[in-house]
Amino acid sequence: MSSVTHSDPHAHHGHGVGEELPHEPERATLEGRNKILGFWLFLGGECVLFGTLFAVYLTLRNSTLGGPSGVELFDLVLVAWATFLLLTSSLTSVFAIQAMHMKNVKQIMFWLGITVLLGAGFLGLEIYEFYHYVHEGHSFSSSAFGTSFYSLVGFHGAHVAFGILWISLLIVQLWKKGLTVVTAPKIYVSALYWHFIDVVWVFIFTLVYLMGRMG
Amino acid sequence: MANAASAHAHDGHHVKRYGGLMDWLTTVDHKKIGILYLLAGAFFFIVGGIEAMLIRLQLMAPGLDVVSAQHYNEIITMHGTTMIFLAAMPILFGFINAILPLQIGARDVAFPFVNALGFWLFLFGGILLNISWFVGEVPDAGWTAYVPLSGEQFSVHRGVDFFLMGLQIAGFGSLIGAINFLVTIINMRAPGMSFMRMPLFTWTAFIASALILFAFPAFTIGLVLLTFDRLFSGNIFDPNMGGNIVLWQHIFWIFGHPEVYILILPAFGIISEVIPTFAKKRLFGYSTMVFAIILIGFLGFMVWVHHMFTTGLGPVANALFAVATMLIAVPTGIKVFNWLFTMWGGQIRFNTANLFAIGFVPTFVMGGVTGVMLAVPPADFQFHDSYFVVAHFHYVIVGGIVLGLFAGLFYWFPKMFGRSLDETLGKWIFWLFLIGFHLTFFIQHFLGMLGMPRRVYTYLDESQNPGWGWMNALSTSGAFLMSIATILLLVNIVITMKKPKTAPADPWDGLGRTLEWTIASPAPEYNFAQTPIVRGIDAWWKEKMDGKTAMTPAEPLGPIHMPSPSILPIIMSFGLFVAAVGFMYSDVLNGYYVAIGGLAITLFCMFLRSVYDDHGFHLDPTEEEGVQS
Repeated sequence: MSSVTHSDPHAHHGHGVGEELPHEPERATLEGRNKILGFWLFLGGECVLFGTLFAVYLTLRNSTLGGPSGVELFDLVLVAWATFLLLTSSLTSVFAIQAMHMKNVKQIMFWLGITVLLGAGFLGLEIYEFYHYVHEGHSFSSSAFGTSFYSLVGFHGAHVAFGILWISLLIVQLWKKGLTVVTAPKIYVSALYWHFIDVVWVFIFTLVYLMGRMG
Repeated sequence: MANAASAHAHDGHHVKRYGGLMDWLTTVDHKKIGILYLLAGAFFFIVGGIEAMLIRLQLMAPGLDVVSAQHYNEIITMHGTTMIFLAAMPILFGFINAILPLQIGARDVAFPFVNALGFWLFLFGGILLNISWFVGEVPDAGWTAYVPLSGEQFSVHRGVDFFLMGLQIAGFGSLIGAINFLVTIINMRAPGMSFMRMPLFTWTAFIASALILFAFPAFTIGLVLLTFDRLFSGNIFDPNMGGNIVLWQHIFWIFGHPEVYILILPAFGIISEVIPTFAKKRLFGYSTMVFAIILIGFLGFMVWVHHMFTTGLGPVANALFAVATMLIAVPTGIKVFNWLFTMWGGQIRFNTANLFAIGFVPTFVMGGVTGVMLAVPPADFQFHDSYFVVAHFHYVIVGGIVLGLFAGLFYWFPKMFGRSLDETLGKWIFWLFLIGFHLTFFIQHFLGMLGMPRRVYTYLDESQNPGWGWMNALSTSGAFLMSIATILLLVNIVITMKKPKTAPADPWDGLGRTLEWTIASPAPEYNFAQTPIVRGIDAWWKEKMDGKTAMTPAEPLGPIHMPSPSILPIIMSFGLFVAAVGFMYSDVLNGYYVAIGGLAITLFCMFLRSVYDDHGFHLDPTEEEGVQS
């Protein structure tokens, strides 16, 4: 009973590209379309999640209890480098999607790999930044400003870390399974996720760092 | 194994299909998940009901000592939390799961695996919350968990931690469940089932799911931040460290107010299904009903400050939010009049389902009227924290949601279980419950006017509080009637479940109007052997009026692809449960290794789910007997 070939159209396209792979493989199946729509909705919920964190931060950002404030702490050069890395990684994830639409598996894996590396670079800078702040007396429990800052920026950092793990796993899956109508939606939604993280960072850069430097 | 073999007839994949208990633990079938939600919700409803009875026994007469003041605080906290998060929401999710895909002519939900995960997350969250009773450290800061009362300074034991962790886990379940419903409705409607032909219950599930999607993440953050404060020495809500306590009230209520609409909208949907069916008339003003639901959902996010009128945000904020709150009466009024006009001139059948639906209308209106009274800030300063508020929200929650749920239970029971509940017993249940309800809660408006405060475990005798004694005794007597009704409902369910499955596809004497009544009771695993074509509102009624005996199929008969069962959802949820316990007890456990282990379990399950593709299996409706057990 186990050796009958199955009739399911959306599995086993082998390695790389089959001629039968449709034009937009991420939207070729109902499962794929469901996944993409569901992920958009999930990102809608994530907007509220980060929106709440922003509201909390903006309420409490001046409650430094005599500790260092944003004006004293924030180093815009470091943050600009972090921003540069993350924004570039968003671009490289677009290249990955374009490679997917050209059905070039090697290029997808390459651009996703670059995306992961840039994300890891961003995360490294952020960890260095936090380490530096703690030494300056700005810690998670030093004041309400501290807790709200690390909650907001840390939540974003955790999202980046999760994205790095996720996209790395997808690169392995691409290598093992190739581009199929099952793997394509995964790559597509991971790119959506990565752009979302990027957009959140733009807000953090503006509302936390630029506004923080203004005092 | 014979079942499994025939299931594989059209498919070569090894798909392990289980029987008995393992079937229920691994199921991804939305109808079975619906039943699981109903069972778990009913269990927590009884737990919350016992807590309610303890409250009423304690307040039956002045100066009683049925429970201590501390236990009373725990009981009121757990009663509210249990009834809202662990009883009302899961039971509604149960109906949505069981019925929504059938109403839109879908074979399945969009994410069967995620749907199962949502259920198990809710269950483990509920279990964690209630384990607090056995540990002896029970949440006691009210279901709103206001800081600083719920902060580390004033809630020194782990009770509030159970609240935070339990609701966090259950909340994830609600969120992913809502996304599943939204995508199912948007992407999986049968041909011809346009949005403006969807049954009202589906519409309300749609809007309620959207509210969950946009309200729950705020609560997630509130819970996370309070957890940070309590377990990781954060300072968000600690004024001594620059924190802000009013912030918690904003975060809680910007979630909390949409939450009550999340609960009431599907109940509106049930009423909008039951009343037309048993009036033998199309729902009056379908499009205005849809408009009203959307407007209520939208305004639900605009009114949270009416829970905070006495916080001191100033007259401008209070006035704006008062006006916004009163606005909600307009779409709600539209709905009430539409229900009345649907019944007007109809051939009304007073069976139990319809009795509950008809009883809902005036009862809910009374709750709505006191809602408008509470929306007036100067009056609210008098009503605030009194039994008037308790009476108001029990009128909308019990008089609204619970009556709606009972109507839905009687209405859809044959579709879910293949048997109709006993009508004679059902009518007893209705009258006992309705009379008991009004006895319990009507008098509480007056107790509130006389100044009786909420959340206080006892009160002084007649010399200090004339009239409070008999009023509270009357209220408690009504609570006993509601208890008897609930016990009779359980008896009714047990008796009915022992009968053979004889309900026809369209069990209400052929009055069914929507697609769920076109398929067998209970529905087969694949729902529709052939996806139907929908030609109008009340798709099935339209076909019947055209003299048809079946829907026109949109496709030929053939093997149907089904998702594989999976044990991962329950293990994933268990992992988060372990992680929550690990975080709460990190001081006893000397570190976070249990918490990290729990998270590792969950992440590993996610890894497995991602790496191993689910090819599912095929069922052939033409050889149904071999497939179904």
